[in-house]
Amino acid sequence: MEEGKQHRAESGEKISEERRTFLHTCLLAASLPLLALWAKVVAWASGEAPYEPREHYYGMGVDVDRCIGCGRCAEACKRENDVPREPFYFRTWVERYVVSSDGETKVDSPDGGIAGFPATVSEKGILRTFFVPKLCNHCAKPPCVQVCPVGATFSTEDGVVLVDKEYCIGCRYCIQACPYGARFLDPRTRTADKCTFCYHRAVRGLLPACVEVCPTGARMFGELRQRSSPLVPFMRLSKVQVLKPHLNTEPKVYYANLDREVR
Amino acid sequence: MPQQLTRLLLIFAVLASGLALARHLLLPETFGERGYYRTAAVEGILKQPIMYAGRERCALCHTQIATAHANARHQSVACEACHGPAAAHTEAPTDNPLPVPRERGYCSLCHGYDPSRPTGFPQIDPVAHNPLQACVSCHNPHQPEPPHIPEECSVCHGAIARTKAVSVHVLLPCTRCHTTPRKHKITPRVARADKPQSREFCGSCHAVDARGPKETPRVDLETHHRRYLCWQCHDPHHPRELD
Repeated sequence: MEEGKQHRAESGEKISEERRTFLHTCLLAASLPLLALWAKVVAWASGEAPYEPREHYYGMGVDVDRCIGCGRCAEACKRENDVPREPFYFRTWVERYVVSSDGETKVDSPDGGIAGFPATVSEKGILRTFFVPKLCNHCAKPPCVQVCPVGATFSTEDGVVLVDKEYCIGCRYCIQACPYGARFLDPRTRTADKCTFCYHRAVRGLLPACVEVCPTGARMFGELRQRSSPLVPFMRLSKVQVLKPHLNTEPKVYYANLDREVR
Repeated sequence: MPQQLTRLLLIFAVLASGLALARHLLLPETFGERGYYRTAAVEGILKQPIMYAGRERCALCHTQIATAHANARHQSVACEACHGPAAAHTEAPTDNPLPVPRERGYCSLCHGYDPSRPTGFPQIDPVAHNPLQACVSCHNPHQPEPPHIPEECSVCHGAIARTKAVSVHVLLPCTRCHTTPRKHKITPRVARADKPQSREFCGSCHAVDARGPKETPRVDLETHHRRYLCWQCHDPHHPRELD
């Protein structure tokens, strides 16, 4: 009986010793994520948080009913991104659609809409007419990336399609493959060029130049997967469409109030 | 170890090291770090200079204009939409002055009439609208105001006003018959003026028992074409006795 008690006390001591080390380890382990969190808070407070592409997924919304066809977006894009001024190189441009009563649709985009649109010949016989801003759709399944023979065009983790200018050989396959006509060959570098969603601005928390200057808010830019993004109410409150959905390219430029004539 | 196996292992080792060497020599640097592309290519794009500073930067110095602009009709128009890219200006304001577009052609990029623009967007005919005058001489581009609120109904309803001027109803103000909300002068299609709805309204002057001057023509509402409303036969803006 006496012997048994002693044994129990001994083992109890042993257990408490083990428990102490175990709890100690637990405490240390629990403090590790806290430390990591603290490091993040410090980095955020000092504004030096490194850009993490995995945490972002960009898209654009275009409300066709708000576009007044002033062409400021095309102008801003050319100036921000040093796009050649000649009227056949555009990263973004504005098209004017004139649907006449006899069912014929005329589309024009003189100088991308930068210098305004000439007056329509006659207002008689117009069924409906509107402006549509166009740009690279930053497809989730981009045909341009698929066809590039040297892998010089690629999708980033934040959903932007970019061109590696050093490896592009200027073969123009991607220009042919893009169903939206959003690419061109830069005459100075002889490499493919296209809209980058102003990637250099987006990673710094700025809006793309075209969105920044749009006077009517016809263009919206933001995250597709964050509730704080202005795109979320836009996608909820308007009936959005994408261009050429039958091609299964899964574009990330969403159009509200789009007419069936727009291709 | 059997001899064949040693040989096979040797061949595999040579192949594997050859593959590793080829990968090392052929793969561009920084390829595959984040995906099927060079991370350096993205970094190259990120080096691109920023030209448009954003309206928040403008407001840091141009406080007064920014405050006025933020509550005006042009609040959605970014500073740089008219003044051009301003990043260089924010770094060295005096060395990089920004353009101030004053020519008529600039405002009409947005406000010139084009049937393709959305309905209701303020537009003018640049040829007919105060020709040769600079828009900024009447409209402050930072706080643009719509045309002056009309004082008289005749500004818009000219044809009716001219008809009424030669009729016996000339002395009746429009508001005697049309109750007009104040807002009607600013948004005429949203806040509409109303019209008389019943025979009794006309009867308040023209009924046999109505109060008023003796000269007013009177009818018995009970017997006078009961099935019709007064204005189906009589134009209230130019009433005449009918045959």
